[in-house]
Amino acid sequence: MTEPTGWTIHEARARLDGGEISAAELTDALLARIARVEGDIHAFNTVTEDLAKAQARAADARIAQRDVHPLTGIGIALKDNMATEGVETNCSSRILKGYRPPYDGTVPARLKADGAVTLGKTNLDEFAMGSSTENSAFGATRNPWDRARAPGGSSGGSAAAVAADLCLGALGSDTGGSIRQPASLCGVVGLKPTYGRVSRYGLVAFASSLDQIGPLTKDVEDAALLLSAISGRDPLDSTSSARPVPDFLATLKDGVAGLTVGVPAEYFVEGADPEVLAAVRAGVDALAAAGAKVTEVSLPHTAYAVACYYLVATAEASSNLSRYDGVRYGHRAQGAKDLLEMYMASREGGFGTEVKRRIMLGTYALSAGYYDAYYRKAQQVRTLILRDFQAAFESVDVLVTPTSPTGAFPIGERTADPLKMYLSDIFTISVNLAGLPAISVPCGLDGAGCPVGMQVIGRAFDEATVLRTAWAFEQATDHHKAKPSL
Amino acid sequence: MTIARDEVRKIAHLARLELTDAEMDALEGDLNAILGYVAKLETLDTSGVPTLEHAAEAGDTWRDDANRPSLERERALESAPDQADGCFSVPKIIE
Amino acid sequence: MEYEAVIGLEVHCQLATRSKIFCGCATTFGQPPNSQTCPICLGHPGVLPVLNRQAVAYTIRAGLATHGVIQSSSVFARKHYFYPDLPKGYQISQYDKPIIDGGYVEIVTDAGPKRIGLTRIHMEEDAGKNLHEGLESVSHVDLNRAGVPLIEIVSEPDLRTSDEAVAYLKKLRDIVVYLGVCDGNMEEGNLRCDANVSLRPKGQEAFGTKVEMKNMNSFRFLKAAVEYEMKRQAQVLDRGGTVIQETRLWDTKRGVTESMRSKEEAHDYRYMPEPDLLPVVVDPAWVEEVRRQMPELPDAKRERFVASYGLSEYDAEVLTASQALADFFEKSVAAFDGDPKLTCNWVMGELMARLNQDGTSIEACPLTPEQLAGLVGAIHGGTISGKIAKTVFGHLYGSNKTAEQVIEAEGLVQVSDTGAIDAIIAEVIAAHPNEAADYRGGKDKLLGFFVGQVMKQTQGKANPKLVNERLRAMLSA
Repeated sequence: MTEPTGWTIHEARARLDGGEISAAELTDALLARIARVEGDIHAFNTVTEDLAKAQARAADARIAQRDVHPLTGIGIALKDNMATEGVETNCSSRILKGYRPPYDGTVPARLKADGAVTLGKTNLDEFAMGSSTENSAFGATRNPWDRARAPGGSSGGSAAAVAADLCLGALGSDTGGSIRQPASLCGVVGLKPTYGRVSRYGLVAFASSLDQIGPLTKDVEDAALLLSAISGRDPLDSTSSARPVPDFLATLKDGVAGLTVGVPAEYFVEGADPEVLAAVRAGVDALAAAGAKVTEVSLPHTAYAVACYYLVATAEASSNLSRYDGVRYGHRAQGAKDLLEMYMASREGGFGTEVKRRIMLGTYALSAGYYDAYYRKAQQVRTLILRDFQAAFESVDVLVTPTSPTGAFPIGERTADPLKMYLSDIFTISVNLAGLPAISVPCGLDGAGCPVGMQVIGRAFDEATVLRTAWAFEQATDHHKAKPSL
Repeated sequence: MTIARDEVRKIAHLARLELTDAEMDALEGDLNAILGYVAKLETLDTSGVPTLEHAAEAGDTWRDDANRPSLERERALESAPDQADGCFSVPKIIE
Repeated sequence: MEYEAVIGLEVHCQLATRSKIFCGCATTFGQPPNSQTCPICLGHPGVLPVLNRQAVAYTIRAGLATHGVIQSSSVFARKHYFYPDLPKGYQISQYDKPIIDGGYVEIVTDAGPKRIGLTRIHMEEDAGKNLHEGLESVSHVDLNRAGVPLIEIVSEPDLRTSDEAVAYLKKLRDIVVYLGVCDGNMEEGNLRCDANVSLRPKGQEAFGTKVEMKNMNSFRFLKAAVEYEMKRQAQVLDRGGTVIQETRLWDTKRGVTESMRSKEEAHDYRYMPEPDLLPVVVDPAWVEEVRRQMPELPDAKRERFVASYGLSEYDAEVLTASQALADFFEKSVAAFDGDPKLTCNWVMGELMARLNQDGTSIEACPLTPEQLAGLVGAIHGGTISGKIAKTVFGHLYGSNKTAEQVIEAEGLVQVSDTGAIDAIIAEVIAAHPNEAADYRGGKDKLLGFFVGQVMKQTQGKANPKLVNERLRAMLSA
């Protein structure tokens, strides 16, 4: 008999609608667990206790009137780079410490309208730049599976919160793997939608042509549910797609018979943990056993993806972070004798090391004389990477790969070597460059007893097939039932 | 392509970052390591390959020329580190 | 040494849209600081721009009016620099793929008409305002203006004198105001001008070093600044020095241009295609729609009046000086098109005289174009003479009667019945036998006397042409 905090969203929905528990009771249980466990994990920057209780009360009123949305009364955590009106949104940066947005992002607003309960804002690598959440200005988050290890990043707080049952589901953002990689390291489900599927209005921009908001959940059905709630065209986001949003739940349980799974050779090479590769290969076998056809494919430009990403993403990031100048909001250094010093000292004091590193790299890539060799070249390589996927998808319906080359690594192990940290994203990064949808599902444990994730990548706007494949795999195995002991 | 120290300084100035000497040392090393890594892109033949700046699908993405409510002035200024007379206040700008 | 000045102008026009280019805030001038801002134009974390379709339509209009090529796809770009009035730390503008390419504007110089080429027109967002007046150690930032749509019109370096520069700016202003895309109010800053000035020895093909000048917010200051700069550069060159490529501010009080004190080297704007906005697609159907909705420009209207109505250049110019006057004329001709020249004479003559006398504007004219048409029609058809028409005009003005009604009511129908006229002529000749004899004897001038007598008898209603004819015939008989 699972505690309410251990339920999935769909399990909680059934019990809320069946009158077994009220939203207020469910929320109190989650808040109590947060109070008990959060000190060990540090998943949250802000816990919005009063707000959650008020929203839970409102949700109960709606449930009583049968005015229910799938998320009504459901406790959700939001990564702290999504604008929530009146609630501190600091992107885990000193430069935004104390900042309360005067508006709601589109996705937070939709959740509110659906009657979801906001439990709090989760920790992240500063401005979503990182793969371990160690770049947070307010302390690292710990992996619930082993508190000495990192939860991955940059949505480490959201992933840890879901893994530790501190919420029923969470939202993160993914620019180079920031939903999928922490999901993999924390043993939960994490999905990055197709670029343009979900509105970015209100998502504090890191790399505008790569960022997407997506769900982190305990199982695939929840991911489908949460994705449905947040998808769709937004007139406030010119890059959001007008394509109609299919009913992801309608085809979720159709199985994989008749689907072709591609296994890209370049993702099963040295450099990845042998236990990771073994677990993922077992996952592919499970899909074959469930009726999928499996075939080898090639994505020849895979080796160039990290290099390409670290020029495109840093260039866009350096641009997006220009607005943090201490003039209209955020941190301003005191005692500056003139305007220039105000800018220099505010940004120097407000940004952390990794952010500064990326701003410097991005500024360099865009600067006069270097634009063609770096930024422009990288954008051309990006086309080559996209073409690889398009070619592969002519013969397969989904691609299956490891999500991360390793399981969770010890906190502090990679912070000294930025390049080593960047290479953690090697399996996830190409997907962002190509704008495709991808999910990570738990598929076993590594030698240290930490979770391993399997990634399923789909065609643009074909989240339905990605979810369907992931669900079939999940049902054929027990990995999603594994929980950390807390 | 390697970056020299004064180039690092120039970029820091462009980016309005007042780096300490220690940071400059570290960054010089980091940037050169990263640039060394990304140099592999140069080996790829990209002649005739279009760039992919716009990942989004083409579509009707206009706004009608209609007014939407602005923020109340107090709200617009409420996060300001320094304000006066209804304006954001900054150290004097010398033209 | 004789130098030739080479001048190019970059003119920024604020588009007269209701809302800003990327958000729905109002664009009204002169409002309390920071009362027309929102998270988007304030550049808060997480916001995104969405393009105002009307701003594009206005830009297309400007491009059509200046004979530019409207690009079917153009791209926005980020231009990066740090300044308190630039909330995002970058301005969304257009860089290597602007929406309008090329074009020209014609000005009138002492040497005749001259074509000034345009390099391009592109769209961008305006920055806010920094206020320094009366402040010691701080500056104040007002972001109401941040995000107002601008077009930047860049001329080729085809101007050669300060007068040409002013003529060009005036022409440009007239065009955008006439088009309705910009209010053209330089004091309010909705039309701004930067000038690039360089000198080269007369006869030399290569351009000299160009100096950019800012802060000339009237035609007068533009002229003064350009002339000052030309003198200054000539002095530098005469001394054997080199002109420094720099930006200089026009100082209105002292009448000089001053180098901008800046610790910066030349800006590295790090232009990057704007990832938050898709390329601006303009299809031929949209261009046609804009073209159809465009008000006709004065030059085109004048040419059309000459061609379609057979008016003289002078007449066309007077009529098209004001849109309202031109419209009145055209409406009148539409109601009666038998003699546009006659209509023109009446508009420019009697009507304007009467309006001036009363101090009334054409917009408030107490005579409708249709009433005038009726009058002109009656003259043309011979119902009344030109002279009688003046009387009719007097009755029509301020009334809502038709010309027909007035003519009927006042019994002013022209007498054109030959029999009736002959009868009266016979009476008049009989009454003045001496004058008749003198006329027959050779005093031709006496015809006028007889015409006068006939007109008197008919209270002016006799058809003068006919009277003339019949008198000649009957006097000679």
